[in-house]
Amino acid sequence: MPNLADLTAAPATASPAPPESRPPRPRRRPRRIESEFRTAVSPHRLNSPGGRIVYWTVLVVVVVGFTAAFVFPLYWMVTGAMKSTEELVRIPPTFLPSKVTFDAYAEAWELMDLGRLLGNTALYAGGAWLFTLAVDVTAAYALSKLRPVLGKLILAMMLATLMIPPMVIMLPAYLTVKDLPLLGWDLLNTPWAIWLPAAANGFNVFLLKRFFDSIPRELLEAAEIDGATPGRILWSVVIPISRPILGVVSILTVVNAWRDFVWPLLVLTDDEKMSVSVGIANLSAQMPQNVLIASLVMASVPTIVVFLVFQRHIMAGLTAGGLKG
Amino acid sequence: MTTVTMRGPRRGDDPGRRRNARRRLAVRRNVTAYGFLCGALICFAFFSWYPMVREVVLSFQRTNFVDAPVWVGLENFVTVVQDAAFGPAWKNTVAFTVLALVLGYGVPFVAALVLNELRHARAYLRLVVYLPVMLPPAVGVLLFQWFYEPESGLFNQVLGFLHLPPLDWLNSTDTALVSLVIVSTWMNLGSGTLIYLAALQTIPGELYEAAELDGAGLFRRIRHITIPQTKLILLVMLLLQIVATMQVFIEPYLLTGGGPENSTVSVVYLMYQYAFNFGNINGGNALGVMLMIVLMVFSAVYLRVSREDKS
Repeated sequence: MPNLADLTAAPATASPAPPESRPPRPRRRPRRIESEFRTAVSPHRLNSPGGRIVYWTVLVVVVVGFTAAFVFPLYWMVTGAMKSTEELVRIPPTFLPSKVTFDAYAEAWELMDLGRLLGNTALYAGGAWLFTLAVDVTAAYALSKLRPVLGKLILAMMLATLMIPPMVIMLPAYLTVKDLPLLGWDLLNTPWAIWLPAAANGFNVFLLKRFFDSIPRELLEAAEIDGATPGRILWSVVIPISRPILGVVSILTVVNAWRDFVWPLLVLTDDEKMSVSVGIANLSAQMPQNVLIASLVMASVPTIVVFLVFQRHIMAGLTAGGLKG
Repeated sequence: MTTVTMRGPRRGDDPGRRRNARRRLAVRRNVTAYGFLCGALICFAFFSWYPMVREVVLSFQRTNFVDAPVWVGLENFVTVVQDAAFGPAWKNTVAFTVLALVLGYGVPFVAALVLNELRHARAYLRLVVYLPVMLPPAVGVLLFQWFYEPESGLFNQVLGFLHLPPLDWLNSTDTALVSLVIVSTWMNLGSGTLIYLAALQTIPGELYEAAELDGAGLFRRIRHITIPQTKLILLVMLLLQIVATMQVFIEPYLLTGGGPENSTVSVVYLMYQYAFNFGNINGGNALGVMLMIVLMVFSAVYLRVSREDKS
């Protein structure tokens, strides 16, 4: 971590200027570090000769530090799985695999039945997504625009669930899934055990309702005068203009369902039905190290890809999450 | 709020008729609304509301799911409190939370402060800091299990490279808990950093300019502008993090099984063991109720704080 003291003199601001790669350095005025917005360090200070040195030092330290802390472990994982078992335990370790082999990946795929684990997880995440959207969007719409009797109470009770951490009620929730009250169904080892609880998400209802609240009444009234039913209004007016928030909710739901560990651990205990995280953890002790690592890589590829593609939405969802309440 | 949208007076201006029509409309609106709500009501009732109540009920009962449950008063609580692992579980949970705060609360804020001052590589840094958050937690934890390996593990190799003595990491009572904190912090640092960064970007630049004109140096600007301006989010994140880390489970479950010598057993882990290893689900519920009470205190404070923000 860069020391704050390094900053006293000055971080800087340069805009599209490429980092320090001017060739022979014609002794000219060094490029200004541009600031598009004002932060704690003054732009003037930043562009003083001392400030510039400190800025570039801090920048390099931060980039190297972050890369070492957050990218290097992942690099180590991906390449570790490309090494042979002997090479993996070699001391000192090799930085690059001396001979790249994908045997561990193939073996992991086969031994752990990763195809099925990943397929299961995709099924759970996909279903959770559909159910969450269907259930939470309609609920938020009803609470926001139809405003039924007791609507406020219902909303308050949904938001109250956010105050009860999920781990705390995992045992009774497990019992509920095992023997559904009134109906007596056993949902263990069925996708329903993931899908239905996923839909009971107070935070999604909150996000969606807040967005729906911002849709002008006139828009809906116009549709109503044209004779549209509430269902029709939801489908043809509300949903199309709510794309951004639907995107955020969708990605949060899919990613959370994919990453979840504890709940699937409890309710999907059958080897055939396990999610990828639980399946790998379950077999981890019996696998050779490189095979295990290869399976970790393959389990994380989907979330990382989703992240790289939907970065913006995910970060938007994150800030919405941080400021909730 | 019942605001009924009327499309002007209907057939004549008979007030009785009008009232009837209005009522019919309101009824219809409510029926539709509950039609839309029923999916959510069922899901919440089964998987959130009922379990909350049942948690408390089960903690005062003895059940074997064959015979009718028996009310046993505080017996489950007594059993749990007398368990040799009870004290360590709470101690470790609190220690884990405090250590995770030391590492995971200050570091993201400082990282965000620094990132906010940088004018290059911002997109890259934001992306990178969030990568571990996107890994499935089980993957992150199992990855670190490999890093903690005594002989060939990455960490001891790095220590060796720096000519430092190797550590026992997960196998020593001294370092096991800290090792769990490290994994957990690595996996969660990114969200805090990005949330703080977003908050920092909302601070109006004029404030800094004004302070500078008044002769405030960088540290005073951070102390008297940055921190007060982000106070609320700092407080909210503090509470959220406490609530999140007190539920620690996956790290001890996958890495240490609560050992060595109960040095990493956590409350939720003990709760899990009661239910699934000791066959005493009521004991697990008793623990759950205790944890619920503790966490609800923090949740209530959180609620209070975010209310204040709105007013």
